[in-house]
Amino acid sequence: MESTMTATPKTTPLYESHLAAGAKIVDFAGWAMPIHYGSQLKEHEIVRTDAGMFDVSHMCVLDITGTEAKDWLRTLIANDVEKLAFDGKALYSGMLTPAGTVIDDLIVYRTYYGYRMVVNAGTADKDIAWMLKQAEGRDVVLTVRRELAMIAVQGPNAIEKACKVLHEEWESTIKGLKVFQGFPFGSVEEGWFIARTGYTGEDGLEIMLPADEAPLFWKALLGAGVAPIGLGARDTLRLEAGMNLYGHDMDETITPLQAGMGWTISWEPADRNFIGRAALEAERAAGVAMKQVGLVLEGRGVLREGQKVVVAGIGEGVITSGTFSPTLKHSVAIARVPAATGDSAQVDLRGTLTDVRVVKMPFVRNGKKVFA
Amino acid sequence: MNKVPTELKYVNSHEWLRLEADGTVTIGITDHAQELLGDVVFVELPAVGAQLDADATAGVVESVKAASDVYAPIAGEVLEVNVELEAAPELANSDPYGAAWFFRVKPANVADLEGLLTAEQYSKEIGA
Repeated sequence: MESTMTATPKTTPLYESHLAAGAKIVDFAGWAMPIHYGSQLKEHEIVRTDAGMFDVSHMCVLDITGTEAKDWLRTLIANDVEKLAFDGKALYSGMLTPAGTVIDDLIVYRTYYGYRMVVNAGTADKDIAWMLKQAEGRDVVLTVRRELAMIAVQGPNAIEKACKVLHEEWESTIKGLKVFQGFPFGSVEEGWFIARTGYTGEDGLEIMLPADEAPLFWKALLGAGVAPIGLGARDTLRLEAGMNLYGHDMDETITPLQAGMGWTISWEPADRNFIGRAALEAERAAGVAMKQVGLVLEGRGVLREGQKVVVAGIGEGVITSGTFSPTLKHSVAIARVPAATGDSAQVDLRGTLTDVRVVKMPFVRNGKKVFA
Repeated sequence: MNKVPTELKYVNSHEWLRLEADGTVTIGITDHAQELLGDVVFVELPAVGAQLDADATAGVVESVKAASDVYAPIAGEVLEVNVELEAAPELANSDPYGAAWFFRVKPANVADLEGLLTAEQYSKEIGA
């Protein structure tokens, strides 16, 4: 978890709500955010079995309009917005450097007015600078929607409970959303945007709304039995779900091919010349040296980011994210290892080489263990 | 606010010590330590019979967030370890001064306790 201390961390519109709920506040990428409200383990379990909510207002929402918005996005990111066949569909992608390494990972929604993009908090400033540079001389307008808050409601009961406190007439539309679909509710100026997305491996919604309406909505969700969940549990939930965290599992030194993001690269059509394409094609032709895998330690101990992975007779790798899995009751990790790695490896666990199993992620989906 | 019971001794590495009536010393980690660590998920304890030097590593406590060594604040022989804590590491969060004691030693020199921090000094140390 990134923790950069700055003199005055920024606060979200829900800062007072977190304090009122007994949150322990930490500095996360320059933002004062709740790490937990008492117990990270309990919060994790609530999301796996019921419904929890995360303040993710620190993430950055951008609207992209202009006559060239679509063509521009088709070169800006590695996935292809051409695949978004209708308004409301979304996709996940990396935004790459010309060297094919990851500037950020993001979600893009196709909307009736253009596109909406959500990027990470810690990378927002450099993302915007990069995008503005790429937009020079193009009919593309980037609008940063800092006036919006964002609340993720996640868990098997999340949609049901959220619908209890949202406009009744929205309920059938929300329940009709498929995974990775979302759109504005009311006019775009009003600011409400609801998507069936998340970062936990559970069903749920990500709800963007005007900042000044966020505290009351948060309170209403509390009243509907949705528990506040801190960034600590957000990290263990996404790790169990096998989802990357920018700055840990990938960054500007790693290509998507080495970070388990190969599926987000849209190679066809071959003449779509997105930024980083040439470098990725060269890497693929030469053979990708490293791959992303899941590691499982069923015995005692906890795998941690930065620990060395040793693959006998093949080479070495590194753990990019590791934790104790509250759902599985043992440790799991995401690692970058030599491409020839089989189904076992060893991790240097505080000086002791310890056997681990190498598995295909995710570890947990919809509350259940899924790896073999 | 972290609890710092007045009848115990403390060290900067956040262990507490209690001198028992029989001259043995019980050792655990403080309320402040467990709060810093967050949810504790594994505890590794020393072997019974081990001769520990002062400040030697005596075990490990792992939370969801981090791993941290547990030190022997004084020299001595390990007489007993808390096997219940190994089975239920979350006790370190809920009852750090009671059910979550880590191990008990026969001190090499019981006078070693005198140089350690009082509750008042430790409170100042952690800003409590």
